[in-house]
Amino acid sequence: MSATTVHSSTTTPAMDKAERARIDESTRVPVLLFFGSAVFWLLAGSLFALLASFKLNAPHLLDQWGWLTFGRVRPAHLNAVAYGWASSAGIGVALWLMARLCRSPLRHSKLLICAAIFWNIGVLVGIGGILSGDSRSIEWLEFPNYASLMLFVAFGLIAVWAVIMFRFRQPGHVYVSQWYLLAAFLWFPWLYSTANILLNFEPIQGGAQGAVNWWYGHNALGLWFTPIGLAAAYYFIPKVLGRPIHSYYLSILGFWSLALFYSWNGMHHLIGGPFPAWMISASVVASMMMFIPVITTAINHHMTVRGNFGALKWSPTLRFIVFGAMCYTLASLQGILMAIPSLNKITHFTHYTVGHAHLGLYAFFTMIMFGSMYYITPRVVGWEWPSARLIRWHFWLVAIGIGVMVVALTLGGLLQGIALLDPGITFMATLDYTKPWLLLRSGSGILLTVGHIIFAISFTLLLLKVGKRRAGPTLFGTDEVRQPESIIP
Amino acid sequence: MSKMPVIIFGAFLTFLFSWMGLVAYPYFQLGRFTPFVAEDTGDISPPPLSGMAVMGQRVYASSGCIYCHSQQVRQVGYGSDLERGWGARPTVARDYMRQNPAFLGTMRTGPDLSNIGARQPSIDWHHQHLYQPAVVSPGSIMPSFRYLYRLQKIEGQRSANAIDLLPPDAPPDGYEVVPTYEAEALVAYLISLNRNYPLPEAPEPPQ
Repeated sequence: MSATTVHSSTTTPAMDKAERARIDESTRVPVLLFFGSAVFWLLAGSLFALLASFKLNAPHLLDQWGWLTFGRVRPAHLNAVAYGWASSAGIGVALWLMARLCRSPLRHSKLLICAAIFWNIGVLVGIGGILSGDSRSIEWLEFPNYASLMLFVAFGLIAVWAVIMFRFRQPGHVYVSQWYLLAAFLWFPWLYSTANILLNFEPIQGGAQGAVNWWYGHNALGLWFTPIGLAAAYYFIPKVLGRPIHSYYLSILGFWSLALFYSWNGMHHLIGGPFPAWMISASVVASMMMFIPVITTAINHHMTVRGNFGALKWSPTLRFIVFGAMCYTLASLQGILMAIPSLNKITHFTHYTVGHAHLGLYAFFTMIMFGSMYYITPRVVGWEWPSARLIRWHFWLVAIGIGVMVVALTLGGLLQGIALLDPGITFMATLDYTKPWLLLRSGSGILLTVGHIIFAISFTLLLLKVGKRRAGPTLFGTDEVRQPESIIP
Repeated sequence: MSKMPVIIFGAFLTFLFSWMGLVAYPYFQLGRFTPFVAEDTGDISPPPLSGMAVMGQRVYASSGCIYCHSQQVRQVGYGSDLERGWGARPTVARDYMRQNPAFLGTMRTGPDLSNIGARQPSIDWHHQHLYQPAVVSPGSIMPSFRYLYRLQKIEGQRSANAIDLLPPDAPPDGYEVVPTYEAEALVAYLISLNRNYPLPEAPEPPQ
């Protein structure tokens, strides 16, 4: 059985098209609220990132102000991009996908508008809290309690909305993207509340904090961003190509193995650390088992695109999403290798890990979000992207930027890690191995930031409906190639 | 799969599994330590933190020291932590029972600080280093924490807690640099980082 059976046989293509347009229109306000704030936080997060990176090249830069010290700007960057950009973009994409896949106009948009407002105030206040010195320096959970509470309320509203929305879906098959979205909407509030309560509201004893911290840190990536990224890839790849997902059974295997193994991975961030050996071992084994969902999903996506790679030439959505899906495989395989204790010995505590994080959250997740936004935004606004050239610039700047960044941090991190292992090399000398690579990383950050500015300009022009109305979607190259009729509702 | 309960229930169970293992278990087993009391001397390990050190822990958190400094000495076979002199023994879970948060860390742009109080017990050294890190440790890319210090005019006698700075940061004639309360607290915390107390579960490895 393939996923194509969702298509109800009683409707005609014209009716489908009208129905989709009606559904898209119903999602306009909440989706654009989340996308707009995501773009804003992407820019803010990029500025924090540049400043933090420059500060490692030139430690004296702006060191007279406590609120801009490296130890505050760096978490401000992480939280701006993780909660401001990636989560907002992810929620926007998830809302739209839910409405499309439930084949129902979006209901109760007031819940979502409230959620967007709470979420943005939470992120704003949280970053203000970090810069003003209220962070407890628990990685991924730096937001002070007054901010994380607002995010939690926002998330509660979204989860309630998702359940209501799902109740009103058209009967029939539940598409694979929706499995991931429903699971993510269940996992994240649970994850976020548990970790915040045990680490920030009523902190447990220090000896147990590391385990909870990395259970959260890893699952935020694995059970929040990853499911949304995969849901989008599973939707847009077949959608743009007009062909079904290669194998329904591989989708099932990929989903359940991800659910089972990913949630146990966290302790591989603490290999060699002060924890019982079985906890670390369990996470190392679970990390190895991640091979199953990763390869399953990679094969499924690859076989779907196979024979149609030419579509990357004309479709902005597909180009970003296939790039992201390939990087999902790369980042995951790299993560599996990094969990092997003999290799972890080299990469632990180095910039290699930072490179890995960017391969995952940027090259995989962020690229898929860009691709999804290129597809969704014109449909909910009713206006096409103003310029294919801007999209092309955006793609190449960020694709090259993230490539250079990952290579720089990986090589610099390896040199740093090998040097750290050798007690004959002084600590200060281990630092010297990283300095040129950190400079290169700053350069790559500039490329990314310019790419983001171009994207923001493009997004703003679209919202303002600048220019002439286009007859069809804005594609790379010529306008001759038509997008095939779609299959998934 | 066309049934929501299957998806929700399955997602719930798989997640509950890891919640039990990586949250509930540590909560009960690693979150309820009592200190070790030596029978002969009555010494308590790990020792309680002074009030200033607890304040300093907050300054450490708010300044984001953790983004470059770890506080864990790994076991033999996991890196050269012991050979680098970062501790006499690997750290164990009970070492962190009084730490809130436990700053285990994930990055070593700077050295491990588990035992910085044993390596550098001098208050003056810490103040100088926080104010002018690259002068005290050439090659360091640690930022200056001079925003935790005050430049003030000397009124009569030089203040007892004024710090000695080398050029180019030395204050002009007639002026002095004194630590704020936050800087004093941070240094008290750094000096408290000394895990050279005995714990039965953490013997010192043979040299």
